[in-house]
Parts: sequence; structure tokens; C-alpha cells
Amino acid sequence: MSVLVDKSTKVMVQGMGKTGRFHTDKAIAYGTQMVAAVHPSRAGQTEIYEGETDHSGVPDRPDTYRVELPIYRTVREAAAASGATVSVVYVPPPFAADAIMEAADAGLELIVCITEGIPVTDMVQAKSYLATRQARLVGPNCPGVITPRQCKIGIMPGYIHEAGNVGVVSRSGTLTYEAVHQLTQVGLGQTTAIGIGGDPVNGTDFIDCLQMFNEDPATEGVIMIGEIGGAAEEEAADWIKQHMSKPVAGFIAGATAPPGKRMGHAGAIITGGKGTAADKIAALQAAGVAIAPTPTDMGATMAEAMSR
Amino acid sequence: MKIHEFQAKELMAARDIPVPRGEMVTTVADAVAAVAPLVEATGNPVVVVKSQIHAGGRGKGRFLEDPDLGGVNVVLDGIDGGLEAAKRKVGELAGRMLGNTLVTIQTGSAGKKVNRLYIEQGIDVERELYLSVLLDRASSKNVVMASTEGGTEIEEVAAETPEKILKAEIDPGLGLLDFQARQLAFGLGLEGVAFKNGVRFIKALAAAAVELDTDLIEINPLVVAKDGSVLALDGKMSFEANALYRHPEVQDMRDLSEENAAEIEASGYGLSFIKLDGTIGCMVNGAGLAMATMDIIKYVGGEPANFLDVGGGADKDQVTAAFKIITRDPNVKGIFINIFGGIMRCDTIAQGVVDAVSEVGLDMPLVVRLEGTNVSLGKQILDDSGLNILSATDIKDGALKILKATRS
Repeated sequence: MSVLVDKSTKVMVQGMGKTGRFHTDKAIAYGTQMVAAVHPSRAGQTEIYEGETDHSGVPDRPDTYRVELPIYRTVREAAAASGATVSVVYVPPPFAADAIMEAADAGLELIVCITEGIPVTDMVQAKSYLATRQARLVGPNCPGVITPRQCKIGIMPGYIHEAGNVGVVSRSGTLTYEAVHQLTQVGLGQTTAIGIGGDPVNGTDFIDCLQMFNEDPATEGVIMIGEIGGAAEEEAADWIKQHMSKPVAGFIAGATAPPGKRMGHAGAIITGGKGTAADKIAALQAAGVAIAPTPTDMGATMAEAMSR
Repeated sequence: MKIHEFQAKELMAARDIPVPRGEMVTTVADAVAAVAPLVEATGNPVVVVKSQIHAGGRGKGRFLEDPDLGGVNVVLDGIDGGLEAAKRKVGELAGRMLGNTLVTIQTGSAGKKVNRLYIEQGIDVERELYLSVLLDRASSKNVVMASTEGGTEIEEVAAETPEKILKAEIDPGLGLLDFQARQLAFGLGLEGVAFKNGVRFIKALAAAAVELDTDLIEINPLVVAKDGSVLALDGKMSFEANALYRHPEVQDMRDLSEENAAEIEASGYGLSFIKLDGTIGCMVNGAGLAMATMDIIKYVGGEPANFLDVGGGADKDQVTAAFKIITRDPNVKGIFINIFGGIMRCDTIAQGVVDAVSEVGLDMPLVVRLEGTNVSLGKQILDDSGLNILSATDIKDGALKILKATRS
């Protein structure tokens, strides 16, 4: 079992630039079912992907692959023709919010937006639009979602992951890789790893992921990686206290970050002065979360929390 | 991106948001020359001389060279002494302010040099209020915040009397609605002409925030004048970097002299850099890992000299630029590079580091921690380089090694 994606998930890609094509190739090598691409002016063509299989991904495949990815004009057409229920978005920032809304309108179940640098105003609008549709958004500005050995959507290196029983949810990219790598090293594989992204306005949040992992029978523990700013970690702590039935480990980055950089100083007001690493760590510890004292201890802290 | 008060007021005035009349000057002569037209146009002999720097708390701030002088000065000399007296006083103040260093609660002890003054008309203030527009991360919407407690730090109001802060969410499709503006204006206790002016002000400000993609617009104080007009006595605006591309007129307002030179240079190489006060320079890929690296340096007893995110790439040019920027800080005694090579291969990164060190000629300890794709190849390249590079097995090991190396 896993959450969000598994070996039966069919994925389309929006955004066929250099980054989109590079990671589409990596996903196919991993064994992800990439079934369609969307490009308004290149519809009718196919894009050929071929190379050596990434054997850290889906098991029991030949050593090489060759996929002819059909390109469609719109998400709707791509979904109807390919049966894709998930889209991964690599569209450049000025057009990314529109791409997200197109995917939501087409009735997709899951939209994973990798794009970094989308204007906040655009995401405020997209988020408001998403409230009127069924689709779940992960991201933007995130590494993506991976269920090891089944489906890799996004830019994370596949080989550091291993299938197992820990759910991973994180606001950071490379810090997630660090956590996953440590988990794999201490013998803890992952059910699913979800990067929820570092932007102030995003789709799926910590609580959504904790809830999914709590309900997933294969997940036996969860590690959440947060950072300074906003109050998402504090809200997650409240939820954990009330609902979580599985051990949770955590790490919060930014204890030494100077105040006032990036976070507009009035930004802390609305959330009642929350946002520092110390506040977040205190809230999570009060909810029973095992906090890794340093980023080197994330794997060990999870292992210890699960052995209790 | 931050802009000056006079620029914020320019943007507001262009959007029918009332601001006092004023003129930005950079010389004493221009400051004096600005007085007569102001007094003539407004009929008010009072003028205000305001320092223009990218930091708040100017009124309570003091000049380093002139400790009795504040950053904002009201000139009353014109009331009894006439225009000439006002001009004399403005000239004297401008002479003491321009080119000197203003220290406020937001500038740090080094302060900021005042290169510009804003000469503004005096206002007969009846009440001081507070108004701002900013993103509420919890609701993913912009909100208008208003308070009757103008002129004081809003953080204090939020902490001590949170019930005095009024909020209204801006609908992303519809904008701020009329009834919401009325509710806020009633909540601020506005009546009669001032109520009508207040509603108009609030609506215009909300619209400007959305149109200009601001991070924050803060009007503190928003004043009600004796004649019932409602004006922005002060105005602070900052802009969201991701949206600047669609606001060329705002981009033109960027004042590089107000920003940290190293941070500007770093952004030119696609590096995200923030200078800190410690002794250990850091170079990391990814913002979260970069913060975590700073944290662990502190955890083992050191002090980070900077935050530096080289992004997903970290090629030779970027690493070279990063070395140059980090080592220019005289406090830096050693450098810790922490890279998790995911898609980017460790051997490529290692080669970039070796080439950069060879080019820059580093004369301080360097610890490199590599993890990820082709890690053993990467370590081999570092070992074979003949350069004085210490290799670390994990982040904590790296932090301890650089700490030890900088202390011996």
C-alpha cells in the first residue's frame, strides 16, 4: 500500500521544456507510467524516450526502455485519450497557475506542480479555483511524489528510496533527500514520500499528508520535515495530538535563520507571532513528535520512535 | 524588493490613494527650494523633513554623527517666523541629515546612510490609524488589516490587544467588496466625510496591492486630518520577487545602494545568499538543507557566516563566484560545502569545487561533505586534487571538522 500514487497510476506531463523532458525521461526509466504530454502547438506529434532502465525503480523490467509519448493540445484531450488521472507540471512560472487550473478543470485527481517561482497572486487565484474542483494539488516549488518501486513523479533521485513502511512529508527538497537517504540507510523503507513545497501558498499541506498516512495500513510511522515561516507545523502538531495513531518524527530547519529576511515582518502577526523554529519544535514535541536534534539524526530518530 | 517611502507614495498617488504633497531631494539647496512651493500650494507653513532609507523606525532613530537628531523632523518655524524661517530650518536640518548615518531598530547598529530626503507638507492630524494589506498564509488569501492604534508598532498591538486588529479577506476573483470596506471604516470609528474618504481609501489600497503584487503595503499611520480627509502619512511597500517581471515600473525603483552588495552579486549568479555575523562560510544546495547546515554549525558550537543556496546545479562558475563572495567577508575563517547530489552527480560537483579552488587560491580550511550519485568518484576527485580539502562523512562530521580546523 501507499498514498496518492502507485504502480497503476497513469501520468501526463504539462511543460515540455528542457526540465520537463529531462525528468520525464528519468520517470520512465524508473518505471512510472508516463502516458501523455500536453503542448498547445505540438499536438499530434510524439516524443520518443529511450535508454537504460533504472533498476532502483519498478522491479522485473528489461534493461532498456523505449516509449513514444503522444502529445495533445489540451489536458482534457490528453486525459480522455490516455486515461491519465495525474499530471506533473513543469510549466514556467508565468504560466504555471493556468496549467494547474486547466488540469483541475479537466477532472484530474492529482496535480503535482514542480515549478519554482510562481507569483503569489497567481497561486492565490489558483487555490481559490481549486476549491471548486475535485483535484488535489501537491506543490508548487516541490520535488514531487514518489512511491518507491512503483511510481516516481518529480525531480527527486529515485535510487535513494526503498520500499517500506515510513511516510515522508516535507517542505524542503534536498532536506527530503537527506531524510530519505538516512531512512534507507537505517533499514527503513518508505511507503510514499511527498514534497509539499516551500511556497507560502501551496496545495496539499502537512495535515492532509498526516491524515493519508494515518489511514494507510502499510504506513507504520511518519517523518515530517518543516522549516521556519507560517504556522503549518503548529497546526500539524494540533492535528497529531488529536488524531495521529502512529509514531511521528520530525525536523525543523532554520533555528539560526535571521528574523526579517524574506518573511515580511508583519507576516507573523496574523498567525499570532508564530513562525520561529523554537515555537514549531515546542509545539511538535508537546504533541509527542520525536524531534531530530540535527539533520544528521533524522533516520535514527525515526527508527527510535518506531521501536518504542 | 523594498522601495522608499517617496516611491511608495508616488505609486499610491497614481492610484487615487491620497498622500500628502511632497518632494524627494538629494541636496541641501533642493531641500530649501522645495519649501516655498509646498507652503504656497497647501497654505500650511509646517513642513516635515524625512530621511529616506529602506528601514522602519526612522522617527525614533538617531543619527550616529548627531545623536540628538531624529530621522524625521517636523519644522514649525514657519508658523511664527514665516517662509524664510522655515527655509532656514529645513536647510539646517538637511545639512545635518544628508550623508550621515541613521540608526533605527531595524537597521542594526551600523545604521544606514541617508542619501535622500523627502520634504513633505504638514498635516493637521486629528487621528492616527493603521492599515495594511498582506498575505494570510492560513487562508491563502490577501487580507486587509486595520487598527485604531496607529503610530505604534502593530506587533505590540497584536500581542497586547489583538481585539483591536480588524481583518477582511480579499476575494481573489471579486476583490475587496464595498461592505467589507464599510465594515472596516466603521470599525475604525470613522464618521461623516472621513467615513466616505476612509472607505474609498481602503478599497483603493486593496486594489493597488493586488494590481502591484505587493508582499506588504503598510500605512502607519493612516491619518484623519482636521478637514476630514484621509491620507497615508507614511507608506511602506515591498514587492514579491516572483511577480516583479510584470511590473517594470516597480523594477525601475530598485535602489541598489540600499541593499547588501554581496547579496546583489550572488543573485546575479543564481545564488541565494544572506550574510550573517559568524566565522564559518557555508555553501549548500537547497534552501532547507542550507538552513539545516547553519543550524548544525551552531549546534556543534560554531557560528555560520552566511546562508548560501547554490540551487540544484552547482557548476564551476557558481562555486567560483560563491567562494569569492564568501571569502570577501574578513570574519570568515573556513568554509563548509555540503552538497546532496541527487540528479546532479557528485563527481561533477567535486570537479567544480577543485577547479574553483585552483582558480581562487583558497587560503583557509575547506571541508566538503558530498552525498548522493557517484559519491565515491566525487571523493576520489577531491582526494586526488592535491588541494588541502578535508572530506566529511556526514553533515555533523563536516560541521565538527570545520569547527576544529578554524580553531586550530
